[in-house]
Amino acid sequence: MRSLFPVLAVLAAIVALWYGAAVRMNSQWTYDQAARAGVEVSLGAVVADTLSQERPVLPAPHQVAKGLWDGLFGQKVTSKRSLVYHGWVTLSATLLGFAIGTVMGIALAVGIVHNRAMDMSVMPWAIASQTIPILAIAPMIIVVMNSLGLQGLVPKAIISAYLSFFPVVVGMVKGLRSPDAMQLDLLKTYNAQPREVLTKLRLPASMPYLFASLKVGVAASLVGAIVGELPTGAVAGLGARLLSGSYYGQTVQIWAALFAAAIVAAGLVMIIGVIERAMLKRMGLVR
Amino acid sequence: MKDTAVSSPVVEAKGLGLTFETNDGPVHALKDVNLTVEKGDFVSFIGPSGCGKTTFLRAIAALEHPTEGTLTVNGMDPDAARRARAYGYVFQAAGLYPWRTIAGNIRLPLEIMGFSKAEQVSRVEKVLALVDLEGFGKKFPWQLSGGMQQRASIARALAFDADILLMDEPFGALDEIVRDRLNEEVLKLWARTEKTIGFVTHSIPEAVYLSTKIVVMSPRPGRITDVIESPLPKERPLDIRDSKEFIEIAHRVREGLRAGHGDEV
Repeated sequence: MRSLFPVLAVLAAIVALWYGAAVRMNSQWTYDQAARAGVEVSLGAVVADTLSQERPVLPAPHQVAKGLWDGLFGQKVTSKRSLVYHGWVTLSATLLGFAIGTVMGIALAVGIVHNRAMDMSVMPWAIASQTIPILAIAPMIIVVMNSLGLQGLVPKAIISAYLSFFPVVVGMVKGLRSPDAMQLDLLKTYNAQPREVLTKLRLPASMPYLFASLKVGVAASLVGAIVGELPTGAVAGLGARLLSGSYYGQTVQIWAALFAAAIVAAGLVMIIGVIERAMLKRMGLVR
Repeated sequence: MKDTAVSSPVVEAKGLGLTFETNDGPVHALKDVNLTVEKGDFVSFIGPSGCGKTTFLRAIAALEHPTEGTLTVNGMDPDAARRARAYGYVFQAAGLYPWRTIAGNIRLPLEIMGFSKAEQVSRVEKVLALVDLEGFGKKFPWQLSGGMQQRASIARALAFDADILLMDEPFGALDEIVRDRLNEEVLKLWARTEKTIGFVTHSIPEAVYLSTKIVVMSPRPGRITDVIESPLPKERPLDIRDSKEFIEIAHRVREGLRAGHGDEV
């Protein structure tokens, strides 16, 4: 209960600020309309109007909530207007991309830790890859993949993997290197082979680092999948929903899609958190 | 010296030197070290920090490689001895893997060395009993006290039954009461298993209480200044530390340490 109060207080403050901003930003349109019609409007009427416009600059919270509710529960899930349908399209690309990114990230990290040449050569490229704006490279990936005959899910998953492998590489390199000299010496006294050092010491020691990276990586994956939907003029997915919303000035639709994406991201991070706790508990790392 | 005619020495160092190349120039960690360790000996290495006692123990374990002289372990090159799993090594910290139970930790060398599952189980039981930790196999390391963790790490070193046990200040981080008890237990263990033990310490009473042979070392360059054969009986209750012989040996060790420091000033 005590922890609930500050959370609710902050939430209330945000909602209040949001309403204030909505009234202020949307009032211009109301005044313009009134001026064009040649009528005076009272302050109360202005406020009422700004919170119920069709295409407001900033939709009020209750409008977004209604849009979200309609999108999630107001239609059949197979409908093109259902956020569940679009969410699933994006989620499937996210999950595939996240899986590719995670496997690639772990593989690269293992290589970096075991091979000096890889250590010196791969890391700078991995860092450089993240300095390129994903928005710039996404269309090229789509075009190149298209010429290879790949459309839809896979190109989006590649872009998603492109964003999510990086935190996994960084976290896993740190995790795989976390055993100290003494623990490595110990295995040396057993004449352990590199494979055993990896499986018995380095991998278990890196688990806490892996999960921290996965949480960052899965959120990045979702961003990647959404960005992958933007330049293709995709007809399905949360990205497509954002894009068509901005074409037609459907701000409520944009905000509803944004919140849907946020809910998906929060859900994914929570699932990883649950797996993390179960796993670390099994490993005796949670006291 | 014992009768060396029949059995070959377990550890033999002749003119051993080890120099680390550092950015500030070479550091002579060991210089002209000559030492013979016989089977069943309990050898303590004592000296101030930087005297090379740990380096020497690590050289025996083939964790460091000498730059001069010869060193044999069980008549072999130390690397070959390591591959033949000639020794168990106990580090200063217990270094148990936090994600493995106590039994799991002791099983670690057995898994790597390819013992069968049944053999692993019976050996874990055996060494747990040896270090008085029966019933703690299913606990995780953090559930045990520091002294118990160090006992578990000794059990881990004993699990594959190597002839030599190398211990690098194993009780350095423990308080004196726990330390006394563990010293007693190590002696019992040594009597029961008849292993050859190399033991690094910076505590004079610990060295005198435990050893059949005390190697006094001094720093810069790391070298041996005195080797004392202890006349104490093999059976040693704790109160032997008040006996005349004990005090005499302790005195000689202290003299040796002081002499080593003397020619530095």
